[in-house]
Amino acid sequence: MTTDLAIEAVDLARSYRTRTGWLKPQRKTIDAVRGVSLAVGRGELFGLLGPNGAGKTTTIKMLNTLLLPTAGSARILGYDVARQPLEVRRRIGYVFGGDRGLYERLSALDNLRYFAELYGVEPREQLPRIHQLLEQVGLTGREKERVEGYSRGMRQKLHIARGLLHRPDVLFLDEPSIGVDPAAARELRRMVADLVEGGTTVLLTTHYMAEADELCDRIAVIASGTVRAEGTPDELKDRVRKLDVLEIEVHDAIGEEHLRLLRETGGIERATVETKGTIDVVTVHARPSHASHASVLAALGDLRTGKVTTREPTLEDAYLSIVSDAATAGSEG
Amino acid sequence: MTAYGTSRGPYRFWRLMAVGLRTHVLHLSRSGVELVMAVFSPLVYATLAVYLFRAGDHPDRLLQAAVGAGLMGVWSAVLFGAGGAIQEQRWMGTLETLVSAPTRFSLVLMPITFATSLVGLYSLVATVVWGVVVFDVPFAPASPWLLAPAMLVCVVALGMMGILMAATFVLLRNANALANALDYPVWMFSGVLVSTASLPQWTRPITWVLPTSWAARAVQAATGGGEVLRPSLVALGLGAGYVGLALIALVWVERRARSAGTLTLT
Repeated sequence: MTTDLAIEAVDLARSYRTRTGWLKPQRKTIDAVRGVSLAVGRGELFGLLGPNGAGKTTTIKMLNTLLLPTAGSARILGYDVARQPLEVRRRIGYVFGGDRGLYERLSALDNLRYFAELYGVEPREQLPRIHQLLEQVGLTGREKERVEGYSRGMRQKLHIARGLLHRPDVLFLDEPSIGVDPAAARELRRMVADLVEGGTTVLLTTHYMAEADELCDRIAVIASGTVRAEGTPDELKDRVRKLDVLEIEVHDAIGEEHLRLLRETGGIERATVETKGTIDVVTVHARPSHASHASVLAALGDLRTGKVTTREPTLEDAYLSIVSDAATAGSEG
Repeated sequence: MTAYGTSRGPYRFWRLMAVGLRTHVLHLSRSGVELVMAVFSPLVYATLAVYLFRAGDHPDRLLQAAVGAGLMGVWSAVLFGAGGAIQEQRWMGTLETLVSAPTRFSLVLMPITFATSLVGLYSLVATVVWGVVVFDVPFAPASPWLLAPAMLVCVVALGMMGILMAATFVLLRNANALANALDYPVWMFSGVLVSTASLPQWTRPITWVLPTSWAARAVQAATGGGEVLRPSLVALGLGAGYVGLALIALVWVERRARSAGTLTLT
């Protein structure tokens, strides 16, 4: 079966029915994904960004055949995920973040041997392939140790080795860098970039914007189960490039009242606060030539302020803008 | 680009079973809880059975009591093993990786359940050994050469039944609750320790369709005298039937689990 698209989803939806109580059971339907459409070309690295509970993992689980969609359809390399699961599974790899998904009381080698068998890797190719992957992920020399003694980063590397055993054409990476230290995360990014260079199609979900910006050819931002924006990282940044971004260091605690005052100041579209060590950093998105430094500082009143900087919008700014617009639309709707 | 193998047929099947069995037996054998259960439960079963038969004035049937207690251990190992194994895979997050592998789920489940029945075989042997060593039960089986094959048949038949159990446990997030409910009734209806003759007539069909009944009959015949071959064959036949049912059920069960989203705990 030949198709230019590696991943194709049309109006993909998934809802769950929950039941609480025995005497008077209450049934509720939760819509986790509400009509997601995606088209990912072969060899592309596509990012799926969104807040917790946005529907990213549910979307991935429908695409990798673990969940059946309640509406819509999806194809991987032309094979239908609902009706041809085995065909799909032969061509995909699935790697998820976190500590689970491995046999803890077995060694990395025993884990990989078992999964190589399950993934149908030819017997004579199994050991060379396992050793090649152990080398690639940097676990050579530690492969005979039990997984229960591994660090989070080592487990993640083993997860990746497991997902690549059968050289999948399409790789799903669901928050692979969660809880991984910066050095390991950098290695992971290099590995993903190498895979894409080798022709593998990758669908990546992550909370790390820098990672998505560096790696992804295209990104879809998903919130409340629907795709809110889609484009290259630069296209997404362009959505907020028309705004100036001011960062103000504040040495006192900022209250809701200060943020309200800031948001009501003319020309300011958005104001958020993040605590960094002993200081709060206020990020203000303002229309050019509307909000001066003086008007922003005036809104902060008697708070002790430090450095004020103006910078280029980042993917994180674009992401926050899209997600907050989605939240506003949701609360109004 | 995908390196999915082309080897199919019996070789792939037996390789998958061997590697799967090795993996799951190794994993089970490294669990402290599993080890304690495997070592101590046969002792408890053997003690209870021997005292029961002594009190019941049947000192001539002490070996059968020990064997019966061992069979109870096999059934418990398979029942809790199959249910527990699926639950443990769910806890470890491996159930999703197993289901997302391009191998039929029935073939993935088989070695898991056979690994639990192998632990059961240990239980059976250990119970008899405990009986002989600790309680001076005379080891004089009526058909010594048929005892080991009958035991093996018993383990295989129960392992096959375990596949059907495991299939249903895929659907249930709290599989252990069902396992608890099935533990004692199957002992009783199979007559592993006490004859089913004292049970009401309506229980007979249940006894006939349980491979445990026939497997127990074969093992007890090998120890106390009677026909071994026929009940062994019936146990294997019934076990094969259960595998057939499990294969059919698993197609539906897997689809249902994907539909209901019961493969994870979250």
